[in-house]
Amino acid sequence: MNHRFVRLAETNRARVRIVIDGQPVEALAGDTLMVAMLNNVRSLRESEFGDGRRAGFCLMGACQDCWVWTAHGTRLRACTTVVAEGMNIVTTQPEATWANLA
Amino acid sequence: MGQPRVIIIGAGPAGVRCAETLVAAGLRPIVVDENRRDGGQIYRRQPDNFTRPYDKLYGTEAERAQALHASFDALRGKVDYMPETLAWNIFGGKLHVVRDQRSRSLPYDALVICSGATDRLMPVKGWHYAGTYSLGAAQIALKAQACSIGRRVVFMGTGPLLYLVASQYVKAGADVAAVLDTSPLMRRLAALPKLLARPAVLRNGLALVSYLKRAGVQVLTGITPVEITGSAEDGVRGVVIRDNRGHERSFECDAVGMGYHLRPETQLADLARCTFRFDHETRQWLPEVGEDGRTSVPGVYLAGDGMKVLGADAAEIGGRLAALAVLKDFKFMVSDDELQGLRAEQAKMDRFRRGLAQAFPWPAQQAAALPDDAVVCRCEVVTAGDLRRTVREMGAQEANRAKALCRVGMGRCQGRYCGHAGAEIIAHAAGVPLEQVGRLRGQAPVKPLSMAVREEVE
Repeated sequence: MNHRFVRLAETNRARVRIVIDGQPVEALAGDTLMVAMLNNVRSLRESEFGDGRRAGFCLMGACQDCWVWTAHGTRLRACTTVVAEGMNIVTTQPEATWANLA
Repeated sequence: MGQPRVIIIGAGPAGVRCAETLVAAGLRPIVVDENRRDGGQIYRRQPDNFTRPYDKLYGTEAERAQALHASFDALRGKVDYMPETLAWNIFGGKLHVVRDQRSRSLPYDALVICSGATDRLMPVKGWHYAGTYSLGAAQIALKAQACSIGRRVVFMGTGPLLYLVASQYVKAGADVAAVLDTSPLMRRLAALPKLLARPAVLRNGLALVSYLKRAGVQVLTGITPVEITGSAEDGVRGVVIRDNRGHERSFECDAVGMGYHLRPETQLADLARCTFRFDHETRQWLPEVGEDGRTSVPGVYLAGDGMKVLGADAAEIGGRLAALAVLKDFKFMVSDDELQGLRAEQAKMDRFRRGLAQAFPWPAQQAAALPDDAVVCRCEVVTAGDLRRTVREMGAQEANRAKALCRVGMGRCQGRYCGHAGAEIIAHAAGVPLEQVGRLRGQAPVKPLSMAVREEVE
């Protein structure tokens, strides 16, 4: 099984399509981005300190453990962002690349 | 002088009742709230396209939730409501807020901070694994999104929320593997006289426990958490504890909801330079408040769980009291009868609060017993061993000093979830009283801001 959260009710909502790490998946209108993602995948991001994957912690915008990125590199706090059709999300921090001017 | 400019931070039970009382006196307060909708955490509203009725969402508190939402709906147009707005600093007599990447500063004559509470956490080895959530998080997943945090969930910690969330999960059809409470049953019996200050609430609490047992959920008290097992890649696989007779037991699960009652969000009170005092009963620093929510700083008031964790009903009373304090301080007529009545109610709430603190104590001894390889600070992955070395080899005996040296509490949650346990570890390793370790200073911005934030010039 490849998702973490389990839907218990309210499943008759409109479908929303998003992309997670290149994979097209379905979510429901009214989902937070975090819920949309964790009903499809097991985690949201990689800890910067090498201790593994993370899947959020507080769900109320206090812990900041649910940061994800759009493919363009914009950082989103997944628990307080509402999912929207066509979102293209990556779960690893996009590398900042700097021009080598030397 | 015209009408005083009053800003209320937070649209939970305290903020809404405060706004209502000020509007009734003819004022038009600004209400700043970080959430998309009013209600705070406890009476958080589900999205518009969800259909569950109030009694399903809020159980025994359905009427109160509905009443609070209706009150705020009736205030729209009479207050300046700023949802999805983060209050990130208090400086120079102004509240600094940000919304949609735009920062503004709002001058005020009176500021009522109703910032609420977050879960109080005691680390356990393995709590950094994906699938470990706070109890509050588990409740939000269900209440606001109709989801369980996993296929099979263990709830561990202590406090009333432990039993409330577990029974809400069972009612909603989730698979609850066990409810593991660190508080021994004896403590609850000893706390009964104080808990009887609110007999109906006590009755509700007891009903939750018997509901869980009837539903076949294992409920253990007096346990000691040993570790959350799992893998870095896939997250939680189980929970290991010692039961009240010292026997090791394990439970398979893919999610853990964890919490040890709540802690007030006091960063804004700190930035407003309010005086804090050490509360021996709950082993934490709290803002010092005088009568009706007045702080040590003139013009700054506190109400609700952001001041002291008294619960939602008391937050409604506290919001009204703070509003009356503002009105009185700005020479409005205030009914002494109303004030006396509210204070008497609040005294009962405080007696009950002390009963809860006695029944469900913060397990300070667990911090001292944490193995060296247990992560304390989830943000920066600082272990108990790292922190102890900082104390023993670098001589850090104060919370902010230890933070500077080993980054405990320096991460993106700013010590909200490791601060209390970190202080206990420092105190134990240094052999000093907890009070002497001090508290992590609140820093602006109280939550991370994007580099793209622009200031609006007015």
